[in-house]
Amino acid sequence: MATATVIERPGPGSMVPAPFLVAAREQDTVDTWTLTLDPIDGPRPSIAPGQFMMVYAFGVGEVPISVSGPPGRPGPVVLTVRSVGAVTAAVCGSEPGATLGLRGPFGTPWPVESAGGGDVLVIAGGIGLAPLRPVVLDLLERRTGYGSAAVLYGARTPGDLLYTRLFDSWRRTLDVEVTVDTAGPDWPGRVGVVTKLLPGARFRPEQTTAFVCGPEIMMRFAARALLERGVAPERILLSMERHMDCGIGLCGHCQLGPTLICRDGPVYPYSTLAPWLEVREL
Amino acid sequence: MPRSLDDLLADVPFFEGLGDDTRALLAGCARNVHFGAGDRIFKEGGEADVFYVVRHGSVAVEAFVPARGPVTIETIEAGDVLGWSWLFPPYRWHFDARALAVVRATVFDAVCLREKCDADPALGYALMGRFAQVLIDRLQSTRLRLLDVYGNGNRH
Amino acid sequence: MRGEGHTIESNQMVIPIGALDDLIGALRERGYRVLGPTVRDGAIVYDELAGAGELPIGWTDSQDGGHYRLERREDDARFGFAVGPQSWKRFLFPPRLRLWRARLGGGVPAVEEEPLDDQPLAFLGVRSCELHAIEIQDRVFLGGRHTDRDYASRREDVFLVAVNCFEPGGTCFCTSMGTGPKVESGSDLTLTELFDGEHRFLVEAGSERGAELLAGLSGRPVGPADVEEAERSVATATDRMGRTMEAFDLRDLLERNLEHPRWDDVAQRCLTCGNCTLVCPTCFCSAVEDETDLSGGEAERWRVWDTCFSVDYSHIHGGSIRPSGRSRYRQWMTHKLGTWHDQFGSSGCVGCGRCITWCPVGIDITEEVAAIRATDGAGADATVA
Repeated sequence: MATATVIERPGPGSMVPAPFLVAAREQDTVDTWTLTLDPIDGPRPSIAPGQFMMVYAFGVGEVPISVSGPPGRPGPVVLTVRSVGAVTAAVCGSEPGATLGLRGPFGTPWPVESAGGGDVLVIAGGIGLAPLRPVVLDLLERRTGYGSAAVLYGARTPGDLLYTRLFDSWRRTLDVEVTVDTAGPDWPGRVGVVTKLLPGARFRPEQTTAFVCGPEIMMRFAARALLERGVAPERILLSMERHMDCGIGLCGHCQLGPTLICRDGPVYPYSTLAPWLEVREL
Repeated sequence: MPRSLDDLLADVPFFEGLGDDTRALLAGCARNVHFGAGDRIFKEGGEADVFYVVRHGSVAVEAFVPARGPVTIETIEAGDVLGWSWLFPPYRWHFDARALAVVRATVFDAVCLREKCDADPALGYALMGRFAQVLIDRLQSTRLRLLDVYGNGNRH
Repeated sequence: MRGEGHTIESNQMVIPIGALDDLIGALRERGYRVLGPTVRDGAIVYDELAGAGELPIGWTDSQDGGHYRLERREDDARFGFAVGPQSWKRFLFPPRLRLWRARLGGGVPAVEEEPLDDQPLAFLGVRSCELHAIEIQDRVFLGGRHTDRDYASRREDVFLVAVNCFEPGGTCFCTSMGTGPKVESGSDLTLTELFDGEHRFLVEAGSERGAELLAGLSGRPVGPADVEEAERSVATATDRMGRTMEAFDLRDLLERNLEHPRWDDVAQRCLTCGNCTLVCPTCFCSAVEDETDLSGGEAERWRVWDTCFSVDYSHIHGGSIRPSGRSRYRQWMTHKLGTWHDQFGSSGCVGCGRCITWCPVGIDITEEVAAIRATDGAGADATVA
């Protein structure tokens, strides 16, 4: 059989994945890995914070994964992936030298610029820190552009915390407060829900932008806690997740009421989403 | 012969130790209600302007987790108090509540009660004390459940 | 060949019934694959037509909730029926489409995108509601930031021969949705079948290439009797709709009634079979199927029709967002009639009635809308006392 020609670099809205080489693979927790990928052909993409890629494991399938690397400039694609099914298991198991297919980046970004001049809260639950890491990286780089800045991070157990090796360097520039739901005697840190970290955080509610990511119920409770403290609902940003097949607004799956999460999201102000979040099974 | 609200309240453990006058005061903010099995009693985010003392039946306090569905956090049985979000602003329910079986309860108007407590701090203190006890009990038991002592030790 | 007394600039003409074959022939000569209605398996479906003899001559359809039967007419009308279970979307948005193939094993996988089908299509017998449905799907597939490559290619050359309805169906409500029965625009040619005195077609060109094709047919100029009968035919059809739907303010009505008890009511009846989504001319949801051969050496990606009625449709890790039939029916109806406006700037419904006819239990969205309107706001109060 004649060798098939690789098609020219797929266009931005294509259903054809572009091949990327796994350059590095690091295990974060018992079921989470961070992969660094480089395009085999063509320039490295520039990805806005909060955007996602459709990640294809050849012969297995494709899933949306948020990008975790430095935002806004050409660079390797960094993906932190939790192994929860066949596709993510194949992605997580890809060793350096393996090829994955990527489409994207897609979606609306965290509006980090709009937080400039005010206080910033980055509130993450579990794997939710991965889509927020580009925000943290941006804050680290442009620290003087903000007032107080804090990362409030909660996970199930100490073993489930992501990027712990980075926290010390982050702490040189930002407040980083961590908590877990349960822990053994070796854990010297806090145990409790992530919203419990709010009273201890330094921020002026009327000047604060909060970037929140985690399980939907956690985002709902975090948003409520922020509202109760006086943060404006349009300055509470959430990153939503729904089933996606295309990532480009054509398959219909990612609808939440009037919005398509791949196209109008995944990042939304809480003020926009609030009525839809309250309807069960929408 | 139907008993008066006042008489019914006399039998509720939660109000034990309150004087007759105080009970009558409370009865003035109360009325009896009933729910059919499966009826929703309140919804997360709704206005918390009442609380209930369940006299008969049981209620599931639930959280709705997308893709998982409603998860029962606790059940409230006969003699228990249901609802404390009326105590502090923003007076909004934090969870859902659903009648598991036919429920007969006494519902207290929170606005009415808060006014009475403001006017009579001794009443307010007595009520707060009782609610604090309920909250402490619920918290202790929730903490115990967090330990997941029945788990088999495997994380997944 | 030019008809008598007819110039190339004229955009209408009357042709005898037999000339329909010439029309089909002319299209085929120009390289079009002509698709149109034909009888098969007890229904009127759309398929390739070699000639006008394959049309459902003398057939009509009897339609109601969960009911479809073909019946013999007393005349030999060519288009004496409403719409069948299929819509034209199956040709513009095929039920199964391979997107690409990849060869794996040994270095970087080579991905070969599926070549586009460049066979031009001609649709013969498109109803006004169907023209609107095509327009709606144009907005879905071509109107967004990312367009569908395959749809764009298939859609580009389609020659549309529309037909004015004179026999609306038992479940039709195009008048309620503002989509018919008269063809207003969007076709290359429009046929109105006329019977008084002579069985004939009044043909109007709606485009340059329509006029060009029309010029090649034999016919005669349009007379006042033709125009009068055509107008009467439309007026009669307008008055004979099987259903009505009050479409005013539907988007807001549904948005404020997401907890209406009617959803529980319809959930008791709905089988979540998804028939409605299959027959609906505007439903566009698709799934991606990534397949591999047994050796793992070759992979393919296919796009296939999907339905929001399946439990898997909303599946994310942990479970489905819409596990209940109630939530899935609500999703379909509120999207079709409500949030479609937010997403695409119009209603998603054209009033063709297929979803009513082909629902095995006869669920009728016009009835569901009326029921919600009748008790607008019911179920909104969260606290029961």
